Amino acid sequence: MTWDLVANVVVAGVLTGLVYGLMALGLSVIFGVVRVVNFAHGEMMTIAMYSAVLIFAALKLDPFLVLLPVAGAFFVFGYVLQTGVINPFITRPEHTQFMLLIAVAIIMTNALLMLFGPEARSVQVDYQLESFELGGVLLDKARLYAASAAVVAAVLLFAFFRFTLTGKSIRACADNYLGARIVGLNVKHLYGLTFGLGAACVAVAGCAMVLLVDVTPSLGPYYTLLAFVIVIVGGLGSMTGALLGGVLIGVSEALAGLFIAPSAKSMFSFGLLILVLLLRPQGLFGKRS
Amino acid sequence: MKSNMGKALLEVSGIDKSFRGLQAVARVSFSVEPGHIVALIGPNGAGKTTCFNMIAGTLAPDRGEVRFDGRRIDGLRPDRICAAGIGRTFQLVKPFGGLSVLDNVTVGALNRDANVVSARRRALGILERLGLADKRRQSAASLTLPDRKRLEVARALATEPRLLLLDEVMAGLRPTETDQMIGFFRKLNEETGLTILLIEHVMRAVMALSREIHVLHHGELIASGSPEEIARHPAVLASYLGEEAP
Amino acid sequence: MLLAALAALLVAFPLFAGSYALSVATLILYFAYTGQAWNVMTGFAGQLSLGHSLYVGVGAYAAGALFYHYGIGPWAGLWIAILLCVLMGAIIGFLAFRFGISGVYFALLTIAFAEFARIGFDHLDWLGGPGGMFLKVAQRDQIDLLNFRGPPVMYYYAMLAFAGGAFALCAWLLRSRAGYYWQAIREDEEAARSLGIDAFRWKMLAVAISSAMTAVSGVFFAFYYNNLFPEQIFSINRSIELILGPVIGGLGTLFGPILGAAVLTLLSDGLTELLAALGWEIPGFKQVFYGVVLLLVVMFLPNGIWPALAKRLGIDDASNR
Repeated sequence: MTWDLVANVVVAGVLTGLVYGLMALGLSVIFGVVRVVNFAHGEMMTIAMYSAVLIFAALKLDPFLVLLPVAGAFFVFGYVLQTGVINPFITRPEHTQFMLLIAVAIIMTNALLMLFGPEARSVQVDYQLESFELGGVLLDKARLYAASAAVVAAVLLFAFFRFTLTGKSIRACADNYLGARIVGLNVKHLYGLTFGLGAACVAVAGCAMVLLVDVTPSLGPYYTLLAFVIVIVGGLGSMTGALLGGVLIGVSEALAGLFIAPSAKSMFSFGLLILVLLLRPQGLFGKRS
Repeated sequence: MKSNMGKALLEVSGIDKSFRGLQAVARVSFSVEPGHIVALIGPNGAGKTTCFNMIAGTLAPDRGEVRFDGRRIDGLRPDRICAAGIGRTFQLVKPFGGLSVLDNVTVGALNRDANVVSARRRALGILERLGLADKRRQSAASLTLPDRKRLEVARALATEPRLLLLDEVMAGLRPTETDQMIGFFRKLNEETGLTILLIEHVMRAVMALSREIHVLHHGELIASGSPEEIARHPAVLASYLGEEAP
Repeated sequence: MLLAALAALLVAFPLFAGSYALSVATLILYFAYTGQAWNVMTGFAGQLSLGHSLYVGVGAYAAGALFYHYGIGPWAGLWIAILLCVLMGAIIGFLAFRFGISGVYFALLTIAFAEFARIGFDHLDWLGGPGGMFLKVAQRDQIDLLNFRGPPVMYYYAMLAFAGGAFALCAWLLRSRAGYYWQAIREDEEAARSLGIDAFRWKMLAVAISSAMTAVSGVFFAFYYNNLFPEQIFSINRSIELILGPVIGGLGTLFGPILGAAVLTLLSDGLTELLAALGWEIPGFKQVFYGVVLLLVVMFLPNGIWPALAKRLGIDDASNR
């Protein structure tokens, strides 16, 4: 076990973790603002990955080039899903909302299974096997580009919430639902925008991720769980928490895969989830509600 | 106005509570004699519900003691406090919406009597006293607010408390409904000797029911006395009106 | 009464049913039973468990391992299975309830434990690891009740007995003090506490009963299918599968799990047969169907099929308040 190997694994984990972080960021925004427990989050990510695969197969376009249109399409889809289907469930008992999204998740995962079958699909681009060398550490090109896309998307999202009027309105809804309505904000529309943004995050994350892993329909539930683990560990309501949580999970997965066994990588994530839920439920960076 | 009925049923001594640096209740002390109806009044934010929560076990005081029948109860869990003999209603009523009216009260009745059949019978009796018997099969969620308030009282009474804490039970009721409630509590107190401590903003109810009134303002006890004394008390008037009374 | 007629029908069923119908019926009863067990914790007491496959798996492996390694029959293995499952439930319950974890966080906790088991059992070679554990299947003709081996009819009646027993148990529980207290906790835990209910103790009881009952499902599973794979038995798909019946049928009701299991299994099997007849064999179709049914029920019959049906038929069971 050389230092170089560990360093490479850690760096790879950080880069992958940033993509995880973007995915989790989408969930944090949806869960944190609209208070919808999006059990279909990972499935949406998987659909994004399949979209990239299809587009590549048909048009030979690099996933990074189609980021924007795919994100746009997902934004619209998210908006429609929230305002059309999910919205009435916000005031209903919790478990009804869960069941709704579980149903959506089941339909998504298995529709993918029906359409694409269980075999893995992937995108093959030229630079996937190339890497940069930086101080003895190898940085996979694809991973670096993916992480960069994730960071850019996250920064844009952050800027949106910080500096635009719509972004601030959305934050207002999250902080004080009743107050927001009294002030005249169209909460339903803003919730739709928020879900759309969350979906767009997932779309970007998916297009980036497809260069790093092969996609199968069963990735859906796995990513959903991962997203929740990251959001809870990182802290609900904290955007930096989602990104840093993603990095933490990415690195721990990579290390667990290296030192224990590849199949054990998620065990650490779940163990961390259990610990955080018990000891620090607001997460590492979250605010105590 | 000292009562010589012996030991107080409820004794609150020097309780403090602060939340993140804000002092909600400061050095409040008062007692409630058995068989009395006592009111806790004060402007909004005075700390009345916080006091209730410390008596009922939802919160633990930072300092001070709460004694019920001589035994310390501060810091005990709410269910242990109910077992000790204190029942409470909530300011924003909390009915078991998915259950029927009768089942709601039966849950309370099961506190003293683990047998479902006899508990249900007792629950029905209480519903009759509160005029809800004809609605016993309805779901609690379908009740109007006044009925929900009565259900809340019925449910708490079913636990056979020796002290009943009523948190703004008159709020939102129309005058005729308020009078009905006043009559009900007066009769309950006269017939069974049930001790009642109530938080109330509806002054008519406070004046009609209470034997003693304690006034809170900014978390401190500023006055105690009979209804007549309190109605003329300058500090009380000032706290409500926000200025020196003439 | 309707119930007696149904019981008579179920008992007489094998006399006129073919082997395929019998296996479908056994499956329906299995899901009705397991759904009923899950319903105790989630429907009655309101603690949402999305990782219930944990108990099926632990139960199955416990009894399976004892049979595989030591030849201990399922009736003895059953008790070990129940003990282990109750222990697991107690651990999860204690951790969650002591630390005030509820709602979606509790659900995620249950998922995490099930996933932990899935990955963990993959690495336990004594239990067969990822390759699975295979129980020896003896002669299927004679009934060997001690080892729970016999013709399909035996399994049908066994499952019928379990499902019937579960129904009776749940009916009794619902009308007992436990039933009232659980529902109170489900509706409003704080109000329940103010009425003297020790919420921790009663929630733990619900978890213990639910996990114990589900252990039996696991034991049945082990001796009916005779092969166990961690990836399969602990998978989240299994957890979701076993809650579909009660949710669609009616959460927190007595007939919900049975009705839901029957509706789902019959409809999906019917559809699969139809597609096979047309020459289409599509993996994932059945699950999409489940998802669509769940979606429709959640959107239009949020309390499940049974409450709406009961209202139409004018039936009032204790759970239909």
